[in-house]
Amino acid sequence: MAWFLLVRLLQTIPVILAIASLNFLLLHMAPGDAADIIVGTSGHGSAEAAEELRRSYGLDKPLFQQFFVYIGHLLRFDLGVSIIQGRPVAELIAERIGATLILMLSSITIAVVVGVPLGIFASLRYRTVTDTVLTVLALVVYATPQFWLGLMLIVFFSITLGILPSGGMRSIGVELDGLRSVIDVAKHLILPALTLGLFYVAVYTRLMRASMLDVMTLDYITTARAKGASELRAAFVHAARNALLPVVTVIGVQVGHLLGGSILVETVFGWPGLGRLVLDALLQRDLNLLLGILFVSSIVVVATNLLVDVIYGFLDPRLVQE
Amino acid sequence: MTNVLEFWRRFRSNRGAVVGFGVLLLIIMAAVIGPFVYPVDPFEMVGRPNQLPSSRFLLGTDVSGRDILAGLLHGARVSLAIGLTASVAAMVIGLVVGGIAGYYGGWLDVALMRSVDFFLTIPSFVLAVVIVAIFQPPIVTIIAAIAIVSWPSVARLARAEFATQKVRDYVEACRAMGMKNREIMLRQILPNALPPIVVVSSLMVATAILTEAGLSFLGLGDPNIISWGYMIGVGRTVLRSAWWVSAIPGVTILITVLAVNLVGEGLNEALNPRMRQR
Repeated sequence: MAWFLLVRLLQTIPVILAIASLNFLLLHMAPGDAADIIVGTSGHGSAEAAEELRRSYGLDKPLFQQFFVYIGHLLRFDLGVSIIQGRPVAELIAERIGATLILMLSSITIAVVVGVPLGIFASLRYRTVTDTVLTVLALVVYATPQFWLGLMLIVFFSITLGILPSGGMRSIGVELDGLRSVIDVAKHLILPALTLGLFYVAVYTRLMRASMLDVMTLDYITTARAKGASELRAAFVHAARNALLPVVTVIGVQVGHLLGGSILVETVFGWPGLGRLVLDALLQRDLNLLLGILFVSSIVVVATNLLVDVIYGFLDPRLVQE
Repeated sequence: MTNVLEFWRRFRSNRGAVVGFGVLLLIIMAAVIGPFVYPVDPFEMVGRPNQLPSSRFLLGTDVSGRDILAGLLHGARVSLAIGLTASVAAMVIGLVVGGIAGYYGGWLDVALMRSVDFFLTIPSFVLAVVIVAIFQPPIVTIIAAIAIVSWPSVARLARAEFATQKVRDYVEACRAMGMKNREIMLRQILPNALPPIVVVSSLMVATAILTEAGLSFLGLGDPNIISWGYMIGVGRTVLRSAWWVSAIPGVTILITVLAVNLVGEGLNEALNPRMRQR
């Protein structure tokens, strides 16, 4: 296992280098001076500070050397300065990434907790009305723009019914302590997490259904049945564990997609994560902040894939052997 | 001809695909002739803002008193045009990269597929946002951004197809006849490899439409053309008092994307009968 981990860890190095190179490329393709973008001044601000940063990033050197200096900075998560309040990009991202991770984690949890049992259920009802209804529902959910779904949920739950807050992460103007504060955040989390998660509920339902249909034809399930296991027991106890493998893989594959979705959903709900930061960056034309977000979110995807591989290694030890 | 008939027979046997195809035809017609039949400028203020659908304005008016139906018709052109061109562009890039990787193999294969893996790692929507922000949002940038984030999945599939086809006997025979590599790839392998790639590309149109909607919702659309995502963004400001202003374009996107997906599924069953899903 340790060997497997080490190899996987080493494999991420070229990927991270490539991500940094892409950032460098985009930075130099952008209109305007790269130094101005990194320094976050775009023409205004202190000239001495700009000169100082220019030197620290080696922007007075040839392009070839700039590349290595820039990558060196990125690898230390020194992402330059943002126009917004003139603060370091890394600091801004560090403040916001927690909220995004909470949102993503809640959505994935909803997706797995609802989608997996629904998928098993659909496979047991294979080719019945229930199965068809679930299939049609999944197709509709696939076609729904997430940000729009969020708006419609706000119309229904916040405006019409008035039972859930329409935006933000906490109630404004009230001091809450301990548990009450957690409940408050949870209330604000429900709609955005549901908006983001529903798509993946559909994905996991479909995936789990197909996976179960495959596994249920295997010999060991027939054996379980022959030994007197009920159909439910064969499905939930014997088959589900193996059928889960593709679901775990797909979580890794979908993380990038999930991050993109969360950017849109956060702007709808004013959830104070990376998505809101992207919107601020767009309004201020803050390219350096955008590039920083691209870099960090790509790293999040690489890290999650690593984690998924480790989990996979535990679920299916054959993989580690190879 | 028999091939076409056979294809149509298989496609027709999927009820969902036929319905999707019909709906899609209607949307395409609305996009092509709609603005002529209903010649209202989607940017012009034609009445009181935020009106409910009525006989005068069939789908109501938006925040600035613009006709929503006119917006939908003009937006259909944008969504379909961007969805189609971006997907075709992604298909071509994916075919070239994947085809070369699969056919030649070796270090070229390793290098190209590593770059494919790399592009699959980067969160595609974030990359699209950054590209449009850097290069400003005329429609060409948006199409390029969507193509750049979509081609890797085609490349993977194309590589697998080319790699399996190249060891087949007919390819060996072509080589023995002295056919050039490029000719073998384009004339011999491509027609055989195309069906699954067409299916994936048709499904990509749906993703492209959704991505474009998301970009223009964030205000990254071309300011000179109206699009469905932009309309939702506009309606968002009056969500409390006039929810239908953003509801209507959203439903339109949903129906369009659903239709495209149904057609894609139908193509899948008609073109790749062996890969038929349960």
